[in-house]
Amino acid sequence: MSAFNALLMRDLRLAARSGGGAALALGFFALVATLVPLGIGADLKLLARVAGGVLWVGAVLAALLSLDRLFQGDFEDGSLDVIALSPLSLESVSLAKILAHWLSTGLPLTLISPLLALLFNLPAAATLVLFVSLLIGTPAVSAVGAIGASLTLSLKRGGLILPLIILPLLTPAVVFGAGAVAAMLDGRPPSEGLTLLAAFAIAACLLSPFAAAASVRLNLSS
Amino acid sequence: MILSLTAENLACARGDRTLFEGLSFQLAAGQGLAVEGANGAGKTSLLRLIAGFLAPRSGRLVLKTTSGESDDAEERGRVVGWLGHQDGLKPQLTVIEQLIFFAHLYRGKTDADAALDEVGLARQKDFPCRFLSAGQKRRLALARLVLAKRTLWLLDEPFAALDSDGQALMARLMARHCAQGGILIAATHDPLSLGNAAIRL
Repeated sequence: MSAFNALLMRDLRLAARSGGGAALALGFFALVATLVPLGIGADLKLLARVAGGVLWVGAVLAALLSLDRLFQGDFEDGSLDVIALSPLSLESVSLAKILAHWLSTGLPLTLISPLLALLFNLPAAATLVLFVSLLIGTPAVSAVGAIGASLTLSLKRGGLILPLIILPLLTPAVVFGAGAVAAMLDGRPPSEGLTLLAAFAIAACLLSPFAAAASVRLNLSS
Repeated sequence: MILSLTAENLACARGDRTLFEGLSFQLAAGQGLAVEGANGAGKTSLLRLIAGFLAPRSGRLVLKTTSGESDDAEERGRVVGWLGHQDGLKPQLTVIEQLIFFAHLYRGKTDADAALDEVGLARQKDFPCRFLSAGQKRRLALARLVLAKRTLWLLDEPFAALDSDGQALMARLMARHCAQGGILIAATHDPLSLGNAAIRL
């Protein structure tokens, strides 16, 4: 097994065993998506209207729950020192961690989203757009989140500052993602929003491993 | 193959405070160095500096290997075997999972069972690490160090938490590492049983 795969598998295993990964994020996402229709009431038209935005915001917040531990756990118990001295570059380490986070939260959130869209009476075609937008967009959430996680890895309550750092950076993802769903509802082609979202996701995934690695390096030297 | 590690006039500062300055030493293959000093004197900082995590405020470190001479921190990090004062283990993983992960991370292959035997943890192979005692965790970290097969060992309080058997094992592994042509630097309060040089910070 390559060093990259070994780290990826370890992080997936840790996410599965510590209970703070997929199950927690899915539970949070499902509860938010259940509470909003209860709060808004049985206005089916209105529910379908807000579905894209609410589910996108819910998914981003749910993914945030486990992000603060991305590097922090390894930093606190000394594993990060050992990992940093391995032949794997810190850029690859960051990429492996981003991928592990997406596989353990972003992907399950995407898979459950069509079910939650039912609660909002979202038409099938718009649900498909929501699904695709989350599939494209959630990797960007993990990638941008990794930058925030690497910046706050040595802070004791870093999880509280993390949303303040990364939520503004994720605005484009929410705007394009929810925008694509709304466009579909209005009978316009959703491709415009999806394309912009894909561009944002590609840029985030390409750049963030470098930013995260630089920030990890800075933290290891303090 | 590592040939020598030379420190020339190293100075290290954390914030405004100078921890040490004018530190020079030379270690040839097969030599060990004990770093002594009071708490807070900068022993761990010196190890982190050698590992390349910290940059020295002045001076330089030169690593000579069969493929040439270099003072690049990243290149030095590639030969470092690290035993920090933290063990770097995950409570959720079992002993063998932990070790196989590090084996793949460092060398892409695994002979984890042999390393476990060596440090006397073969029976605890399938225990989750959260059930291990502090000394057993130290032994597991030691197995990782052996498995990584690095030539420059940096050890921070290597004897901490180990029982007398464990300390003998540590001393034996350190002696073997030097006999095989490695270099080791250990921050310790116990005198090294290697008959080697010591510096005081």
